[in-house]
Amino acid sequence: MQEEVVFVTGNEAVARAVKLAKPNVIAAYPITPQTEIVEVLARYVESGELRSEYIHVESEHSAMAACIGAASMGARVFTATAAHGFLYMCEMIFWASIARLPIVMANVNRALAPGWNIWAELKDAMAHRDAGWIQFYTASIQEAYDTTLMAFRVAEDRRVMLPTMVNLEGFVLSHVMQPLRLVDEAAYDEFLPPVRIPHALNFERPHTLGTLISPEHNFLVQYDNNKCMRAADDVIAETEREFEKITGRRYRAVMKYRCEDAETLVIAMGTLAREAEVACDSLRDKGEKIGVLRLRQLRPFPKAFAEEVKRLPAERFIIIDRAYSSGYGGILAEEVKARLYDLGIIKEVKSIIAGLGGQDVPHEALEKLFMDKQGGETWYGV
Amino acid sequence: MVWSVSAKEAASESDAVRAGTRRVIEIRLHSRGGQGGVTAAKMLAVAAFLEGKYSTASSFYGAERRGAPTVSFTRISDHEIRKYSQIRRPDCVIVMDPTVIDAVDVTEGLKPGGKLLINTENNIDADKFEDYEVYTVNATKISLDFDLKVAGAPVLNVPIVGAVAKMGIVRLDAVRGAILKMFPNEKNVAAAEVAYKMAAML
Repeated sequence: MQEEVVFVTGNEAVARAVKLAKPNVIAAYPITPQTEIVEVLARYVESGELRSEYIHVESEHSAMAACIGAASMGARVFTATAAHGFLYMCEMIFWASIARLPIVMANVNRALAPGWNIWAELKDAMAHRDAGWIQFYTASIQEAYDTTLMAFRVAEDRRVMLPTMVNLEGFVLSHVMQPLRLVDEAAYDEFLPPVRIPHALNFERPHTLGTLISPEHNFLVQYDNNKCMRAADDVIAETEREFEKITGRRYRAVMKYRCEDAETLVIAMGTLAREAEVACDSLRDKGEKIGVLRLRQLRPFPKAFAEEVKRLPAERFIIIDRAYSSGYGGILAEEVKARLYDLGIIKEVKSIIAGLGGQDVPHEALEKLFMDKQGGETWYGV
Repeated sequence: MVWSVSAKEAASESDAVRAGTRRVIEIRLHSRGGQGGVTAAKMLAVAAFLEGKYSTASSFYGAERRGAPTVSFTRISDHEIRKYSQIRRPDCVIVMDPTVIDAVDVTEGLKPGGKLLINTENNIDADKFEDYEVYTVNATKISLDFDLKVAGAPVLNVPIVGAVAKMGIVRLDAVRGAILKMFPNEKNVAAAEVAYKMAAML
């Protein structure tokens, strides 16, 4: 059978993945740069190509509330958002994870106002780092599509049952067009079993959701959530291997590029990691032993990261952050440093803050930043 | 597509870059909002893709409005494209609206010896662009001749992409294929073919 390839934007790629997953309910509110996702999905529903209940809502808070209602009844659910819309649904975001509802959401990363900035930054997702959602960060249009396809299976896995977010950077991925290899519908139907939420509301066995929970029990719920989030790490790895079998495309929590003999390791997420690979090639040509380690998921923080750090010879780490915690540091940099402490490993660490609010970060600039031997924190452009 | 590249495979990719066997062509298109610059960038990328290459098309997104100068980009490569930054040193610049030349420096960053295509009905002052390989085409006239209009204004992307084929960046048959995929109408193909014939190097 011939593989079908189309030439589409990142937004359309995500919408096409959702169409394959056939959610029972889509509830979403448009916001730049995510709008095209919900527009394309609305078109599929209107034309009858996708038989989903499409709920028009007046805000993102209501969008997530509708998703929670639908998932509580056992439905497969999808929504999409960005930046301010994401922050607006914040209350419901936490509800969804504590209630263990496998909602899948695409978040098109965008900076926060003021001043009004519609371009890429990861802070909208990072602000929800502790919300109990699985977080994927993608770095090509194909990857945004493939990860959305995998997200439904991970979220709905009995061992996980947690909401899952697929991040793609605004404009650099959402609006760029690249060739996209489509997954065959029949193969995907086999890959993604029908949704079954064990604690869904049921008229035969009625129960209540969201009642008072005493101090003797609340912490147990949180303990349980963490257990499932940890288990998700293995389920994701398993899902990625199964996905590779049907597509030949290989995804891992930690994607390595020329790391094996690297003395310097660049650690990054999203498209900046791909741009860093180009800088890495150029530095390799000049004799520098450098590699790029890209994290595809922030929550659960991948166990594979610890394994790689213990194994790889690099003594110098350079961490690129497209989101900053004011008064603390680059968010990924701090996460990495905390992991190193857990492992009892001391490395020379340099933190680069770059690409905030859509700042253009060309590989030539990254090359210079990587060669700068000064440690500590550097803001590109400052 | 290769996602996780071993050191050995990656080295051979760098070797290809060094030996010049791996060609990455970066194209910048200048137009005004509503003229079809974004669509032209996509059409070029699709044409390259139909030739079996990897390509991406993008645009600088700001406050778009009809008539304002806009910039779009196409990258064409034999390998997966990992650059997501803006194109600063293009190999080729396409000027869809000659009046943009007065508003912005269209050759900014264009590599010496790089290719420049200008849509114009007048003669171009060759001295102004002596560092470059300059082509011209009267895409506006071709568009009007074929009655390719949207909201009363001539759409320039189809003839422009035909002229780009003359510059050897993509093949004419691939351009035909891209047009038929995006705007399945023989009139569009014919307009691109006329532009291919009319486009001339200074």
